[in-house]
Amino acid sequence: MLLAIDTSAGTSVAVVDGDTVLAEGSTEDTMRHAEVIGELIDLVLTEAGVEPDALDEVVAGMGPGPFTGLRVGIVAARAFAFGIGRPVVPVVSHDAIAFEEWSAGTRGPLLVVTDARRREVYWSRYELAAAAPLRTSGPGLCVPAAVPHPEAVRIDATQVGAGALGRVALLHRSLGRADDVAEPLYLRSPDVTMPGARKRVSQ
Amino acid sequence: MTTRNAGEGWEPVVLGIETSCDETGVGIVRGSTLLANVIASSMDEHARYGGVVPEVAARAHLEAMNPTLEAALAEAGLGIGDIDAIAVTSGPGLSGALMVGVGAAKALAVATGKPLYAVNHLVGHVGADVLADDALEYPTIALLVSGGHTSLLVVRDLVGDVELLGETIDDAAGEAFDKVARVLGLPYPGGPQIDRVALGGDPKAIHFPRGLMQAKDLEKHRYDFSFSGLKTAVARWVERAADAGEEIPVADVAASFREAVVDVLLTKAFRACADFGIPRLLLGGGVVANARVRQVAAERAETQGVTLRIPPLSLCTDNGAMIAALGAQLIASGHRPSTLGFGADSTLPVTQIQVDERPAA
Ligand SMILES: [Zn+2]
Repeated sequence: MLLAIDTSAGTSVAVVDGDTVLAEGSTEDTMRHAEVIGELIDLVLTEAGVEPDALDEVVAGMGPGPFTGLRVGIVAARAFAFGIGRPVVPVVSHDAIAFEEWSAGTRGPLLVVTDARRREVYWSRYELAAAAPLRTSGPGLCVPAAVPHPEAVRIDATQVGAGALGRVALLHRSLGRADDVAEPLYLRSPDVTMPGARKRVSQ
Repeated sequence: MTTRNAGEGWEPVVLGIETSCDETGVGIVRGSTLLANVIASSMDEHARYGGVVPEVAARAHLEAMNPTLEAALAEAGLGIGDIDAIAVTSGPGLSGALMVGVGAAKALAVATGKPLYAVNHLVGHVGADVLADDALEYPTIALLVSGGHTSLLVVRDLVGDVELLGETIDDAAGEAFDKVARVLGLPYPGGPQIDRVALGGDPKAIHFPRGLMQAKDLEKHRYDFSFSGLKTAVARWVERAADAGEEIPVADVAASFREAVVDVLLTKAFRACADFGIPRLLLGGGVVANARVRQVAAERAETQGVTLRIPPLSLCTDNGAMIAALGAQLIASGHRPSTLGFGADSTLPVTQIQVDERPAA
């Protein structure tokens, strides 16, 4: 049994047991991750009737996603895992979107696109085979006009469901695939300007 | 909150999380006893930019959070199950940085089933003094000075009555040190650098302007600070000397600049002591590391009959222990935990000591 948390778009938290989502709580609000994260975790645990100690692991959506919000979910997942003494399993957030499409029966090439703000988008390309979805390229960041892989069916997502995130983590494990995304997928450098030569104050 | 251990003389073990600027701090206290104080700083990463870059700080907090939690528990010799409550800085500070601590604290509180106290960073600086051997007396005037804030407070009750008397209307004092250091070609952070080169300099060599210290400022800005004009005056002085082909007397410039900052800070702080008839002054914040600040404060305290309190430096710079200490005081005075819905408030007023206290049942 696991707790899954994703704040790469809105905020979504779920308790997943095997292939079953016992409880999922989400908000599409992209501005209030820090405000809602604690209540949502508390809510899904209560709804699922699960004590924190009964969880085996915590799945963290690592993005891609806008920095400030993305970090709230990752740090919450890490701190929660620390609190119960269980491991964190990092997963690419787009994998959850592809997994949902695959679960709904979609097959073939799929392109997942999400908002990166500042007039850019994040994208990942998948191959939805009968056995499982597989990310073949990405995640990447670009301006909307430069989105690659026109051959794939494109899906523009505004939400990442934590239930799907938890289930895809278990699917990856059953297939022996490693989710080796230890670092948050910001895909952008911090906005910093190196100080130039100091400007004179006198004329 | 658990009553398992409650009883006469029982003191809660509180873990405090602080991420308002560039230090990831986790501290642990038992009542007013310090058990651990671990700080991971991203200062080195900011050095090449000449100041704290919020996004760089926030990224560093995320990576440092679990290692710092682990190190603090190890230092205290405790397991996470030994913690009775968690406290976290809700504000003021850099909002992206604050959110990392808030997210971690909430998750940790739900995971462990422990009560959570969201507290004010500035009041936390005052709370650090609780960890000293002898108890702080109230009311007290408090002067908190760092790269992020310059605030003068009157604290009548640490957990119930804190009032802001004045603050900087432009740069924080620590920022002025950084900028003047740059004018003198010294690296970041400026405070220790200015201190170093000021050694042997004459603090009276150059008279730099004192902000908001004129007669006309006595009313409206009686307790406020301004360091922007001073910074510009130093730059102008150095440029003039350079233009004239003179050698810059770095020691004198640094000593004279530092003297102007120290003079304004302490004149206003001791003025507050006199105005309010409160013969107690507490200093906090990173600028307290400055030797000249401590020296002049001690001299003036002596002549004015003011009792001066300066917590050890490791508790003056931003840290989690002061947040834990404030949390422990809130518990001891019967405050209820915060609800889980609070956020990061970059401009949290100092009057709000605790954020979102749960309503009485
Ligand atoms: Zn501070």
